[in-house]
This record gives sequence, C-alpha cells and structure tokens, in this order.
Amino acid sequence: MTQSSEATSGQDAGENRPGERRKRPIAAFLRATEIDARMLGMLVALAGIWILFHFLSGHTFLTPRNLWNLSVQTSAVAIMATGMVLVIVSRNIDLSVGALMSFVGVVMALVQVRFLPNLWGFDHPATWIITLIVGVVLGALAGGLQGVVIAYLAVPSFIVTLGGFMAWRGIAWVLSSGKTVAPLDTYFQLLGGGARGTIGGMWSWILGIAGCVGIVALIINRRRQRHKYGFPVRAIPVEITLGVISCGAVLVAIFWLNRYYMPDLLARQYAADHGIAWPETGLSISLGIAVPVLILIGVTLVMTFIATRLSFGRYVFAIGGNPEAAELSGIRTRWTIVKVFMLMGVLVAFAAAVQTARLNAAVGSLGELSELYVIAAAVIGGTSFSGGVGTIPGAVIGALVMQSLSSGMVLMGVENSVQKVVVGVVLVLAVTIDTIYRRRMQQ
Amino acid sequence: MTQAVKNGRVPLVEMRNIRVAFGGVHAVDGVDINLYPGEVVALVGGNGAGKTTLIKTLSGAHKADSGEVYIDGEQVFINTPREAKDRGIETTYQTLALAENIDAPGNMFLGRELRTRWAILDDAAMEDATRTVMRRLNPLFENFRSPVESLSGGQRQAVAIARAVHFNARILIMDEPTAALGPGETAQVGDLILQLKDEGIGIFLISHDIHGVFDLADRITVMLQGKIVGTVNKKDVTKDEVLAMIIMGKLPGEATEKEMVSLHE
Repeated sequence: MTQSSEATSGQDAGENRPGERRKRPIAAFLRATEIDARMLGMLVALAGIWILFHFLSGHTFLTPRNLWNLSVQTSAVAIMATGMVLVIVSRNIDLSVGALMSFVGVVMALVQVRFLPNLWGFDHPATWIITLIVGVVLGALAGGLQGVVIAYLAVPSFIVTLGGFMAWRGIAWVLSSGKTVAPLDTYFQLLGGGARGTIGGMWSWILGIAGCVGIVALIINRRRQRHKYGFPVRAIPVEITLGVISCGAVLVAIFWLNRYYMPDLLARQYAADHGIAWPETGLSISLGIAVPVLILIGVTLVMTFIATRLSFGRYVFAIGGNPEAAELSGIRTRWTIVKVFMLMGVLVAFAAAVQTARLNAAVGSLGELSELYVIAAAVIGGTSFSGGVGTIPGAVIGALVMQSLSSGMVLMGVENSVQKVVVGVVLVLAVTIDTIYRRRMQQ
Repeated sequence: MTQAVKNGRVPLVEMRNIRVAFGGVHAVDGVDINLYPGEVVALVGGNGAGKTTLIKTLSGAHKADSGEVYIDGEQVFINTPREAKDRGIETTYQTLALAENIDAPGNMFLGRELRTRWAILDDAAMEDATRTVMRRLNPLFENFRSPVESLSGGQRQAVAIARAVHFNARILIMDEPTAALGPGETAQVGDLILQLKDEGIGIFLISHDIHGVFDLADRITVMLQGKIVGTVNKKDVTKDEVLAMIIMGKLPGEATEKEMVSLHE
C-alpha cells in the first residue's frame, strides 16, 4: 500500500490544495476511489494495444484462442518479472535470470529423465514434484550465492549477475553435453500448459468465483480495519462500484477464456474416455485456464503479499528508497538483499519448469535473452531504476504488454526484425512517459 | 568518576575518552561528554569538528576505536543502531534518515513494524499510533498515506521525531534538527524539545550554529578539530563567548577584547 502509492502522493498533495481539486476531475475521481493512477494508465494502454491489434489483425487478436495462447506465452517472463521488481526496487539488477533458467531447466530435465526413472521407472506420479523441488532449491541456492557476493562482499550486482549470465548457461551446456534433454515426464509436462495442462471449464469458473469472494472479502476487511480506528473510508457506492468492476473483470476473463475449446482430436478422445457419444456437430469442451497461468496467478498473489504485507517487503522498498536510512533503522539490509536474490532464483526455477514443460525438452539455449524481457516487463510495469518504486501487478501487466506486442505483430505478419524495433521503441516510450508523469507528480 | 557524579546524581549518558580515526585523521580525539535526565546539552562546533562522528558512536551507526560509554552508570557496548534503540537511544539525523518512498507510519515503525499474529504488517494499527503521536507533535499533519518525499521539511522532521517519541526514547540525539526548517517550524521543534525535556528525556542537540540552539540548551559543549574545547552552563555565558570557543577554541575570559570584536567582522 505504501510502496505503490505514487498516485496516493498526488491525492494527498491535492488535499492540501483545495483550489486544484475543482480543476482536475480525473484526479478527483482517483482520489475518491483511491485507485493507483499509474496502474490504471497501464491497463488503459494494454486495452488500447489489444483493441488496435484486433482491428489491424483482421479481428483475430481478441479471440479466445489468441488470448488463451497469449496468457500461456506470457507466464514464464511474467513469473520472473515479479521477482525482478524486488531486485530493481532494492537498487540491484539481475542479468542472470535467463542463464539460470537454462541451468535449472537442464538439471530438472536430467533429474526426471535420467536420475529418477532409475529409481522407480518412467512417469511415476512423484517424479514431477521431486523434480520441481530440486529446481526450486537449486534456484534459491544459485540466487543466494549471487546475493551473498553482492550484499556481503559489496560487488555490484551488475557485475555479479553478468558473471552468472555467462557461467550458469555454460554449466547448463556442460551438464547436457550440448544435447537436448527430452522427452520429459508426462505429469511434469502439464506444468507447461498445452491442451492437457489445463484445469477445464468448471474449475476455471470455480476459481473465478473464489477470486470474486476474495475481492469482496478484501474490500470488507480493509473497510472494517479502517473503521475500527476511525480513519476515513471510501464512500459505500464507490466501494460497491469497485467491487463490481473487479469481480466483473475476473468473470468476463474466465467466460472469454472458457470459450476456447479443445481441438477436435482431443475432444474425441475426451468423449471416448468419458463415454460420451460423438455428436455430428462436434463437442465444445472448454480447456479452461492453463496450468502455467495458474502458477502465474499464484505467484502474483504471493509476491504481492510479500511485497506489501510483510516486513521483508517493506525493508526491500526502504532499502531502495534510502539505503542509509534502512541501515540506521536497524534493518539487516545485507541479509534482506540475499533473500531478494534467493527469491528471484526460486521464481526462475518456476519459470524454467513452465518453459521446459512447454517445450517438453531442456537445452542449454533455454531462456536466451529472457533476462532482457524480464527487466523490460518490470520497467514497463512502472518499476523505477533509481530504486524504491515498483509493483508486482504492474510487472505482470508489463509482461503482458510485451507479449501482446509480439503476438499482435505475428498475427499481422510483421517481420521479426521490425517487431524488435517496435518493442524497443515501446520500452523506451513507456519509461519516458512514466518518468515525465512522476516528475510532474512530485511538483 | 571524574565528572560523572554531579550533585550526587548519576548521568543518563557518560561517554569517556572516545576516539575515532578515519585513516590517519583523528575525527574524534579523546572526548568526554555527559548528559543528565531532563537536560538539553548542545554540542556545537564548526564543520568537521567531529560532532556527528562522536554522536554516531552513541547511536550505533559507527564504532568508536576506543573509549567507554556508560548509561545510568553502567558500562554498555553499542555496536548497531538496533542495540542503541533497545537502550532507549533514538536519533534524528541531519539527513532525517527517512525512506522517501514510504509513508509516515511506515517510516516511524521502520525496522520495528507492528504485526498481526500472522506476522502480517498491521498498517491500520501503525497509522493509528502515528496519528496519536502526531496529534501531539504536529496537529495539522494529515498526510498519513503519502510517501514522505511529498511532505514539507517540518513535516518530515516531525516524522523523524515521532519515531523517537513513540518508542519512548530516554536519550534523544538530534543532529541539526532545524537546519532544513523555516522560522515557524523551527519554533515548533523548539517547543517540542522543551516539552520532551520536561518529561525527563535527555537530549543532545547538535548544531554548527550556536544561534539555533542557544535558547534551548542547559549546557553547551564545544568541539574543535575532534577535541572538546570546553563545556559551559548556558546561563553563565553569552553567545559571543560561545562563538569564541567555536572559532578560536578559547574559553570565556581567555579571548582578548580585540579578538571578541573580530568575531563580528
């Protein structure tokens, strides 16, 4: 709440200048609803990009099929971007995430392809989870190692993770002997999405409804907390409107994604498995939310919680805002930085699982250039390179923006080289707008 | 036990023979200083006199090379800011040491957050406590949810002081408390210092400028080039005499009339 409150600053500053209130209806609206203006701006930009591409691509962009694919393609980068937010907020950088992804990915592939089958054969139901645990522990250790060098030996994170950028991928190539490690465990493959790696239409709806219940509970709880201490609260109609809009957005998203159906071949098999007669017109069975998207949703919630509701998160922001003040406050700043890099490593492991499972293989070249996409996603999502400012949901939206640009241009048949130019320009443009906005807010 | 017991009272803080060197430079060179409950001691001296370095050894921000610190007559060893806070020593730094991107309650409780039993930050409780303290320090304060970078100098100073007040400091160290403030805010901070003093808190006021602290102080200790020039009772001296100590290192009576006049040239 405190950290993401660039907009709040504007609101409160506005309160002291009553004359300005009348002149700025948008500001007044934002103040009444306490919506983060930057987050709203990003959502509007994303919606604009989607609508633009929808028309430019001959009405294909906003189809359930394309959005479903978009959600899966965004997952790996978005998962890592949530961690990159904390890294950058703490005035550090992690250039090694792509390389670490290949290292962890190859190790996880070897564990499930070479090692565990020797114990209990292929496709054992415990294989995927043990593999994932190995990956997470490895990611935490690798990230922690970099963190220790950065925090306790005071080597700049740019240098340490540049070293990691080269070294981790080198190890991945050595371990895989330069070959592709495949095929992966059948259960593990579900982590990558694909036609089977989804939770189906019904569970998607259940998830959506649970999400709505959560939103309402959050609104009520917040209100009750502020009421208890007699703080000002939002007007009831505002609360209700916000609740309805949020829940509506969740349900519309589920509804739309659920309109992406199983391909015929798979549907036929599904029908056969469930003893359903195959009708002439075919069957429309919703795939529902893909597992990697489910992981992304979980990661986003947990990371938001860590960043805004735990002392650790607050310390990360304090270190980014004023390292000296953090130190003088008695915060264990070095250990906090180590934990940030460990967390980043864990998220890299999840991304590696998603990515290898999707490819059904691991190679040394896994995740090449993804560090740059991850950093770009965090930055487009409002994370400031000068430290102390950034939000987790912002980074996820940033990742969505990047992936939307790529997918949209693919649908339009834009050349790869031109795509890169556009993405590069958008990156700089987004940060420029944000910088100007922030400067104006400070005045 | 040289100057420790005065009128049979035990000093709140006594620092003996403190030395700090940076490279070959003696920033603090064998300093003795003490502070009694309910007393304001102004620590003055020009830039580089060693005031801030001395006081950082008490607030745990910097380790002394040698020397002893006694609190309530008992020797203590303060190695980190945390250990200082645990002993009731709170510090407001010249730079204010606030995380600019975090709001007032977040800053006030930084490193000592209130948490629910699930270890989750209890933002509402922290805001409530901040409002309570602020009603006393700065009743007009109302920006409890904005990052402190959007606050005025006086409001930021209030946040820094609020931290000390809320955690029931017994010893308050204020490094240049009014340097960044306008006249109105300076008066406000002055009132606050007297109020805290009445509650029995011992206060070190650090300043390079005697004018800002003369009226508030009970005793004045002057430092020059890492050493103590002398400690005087305020009611026994004039501002000019203190100025002579700061600039020339001469105690009251030592400076010639000509030198006293030259102070104002």
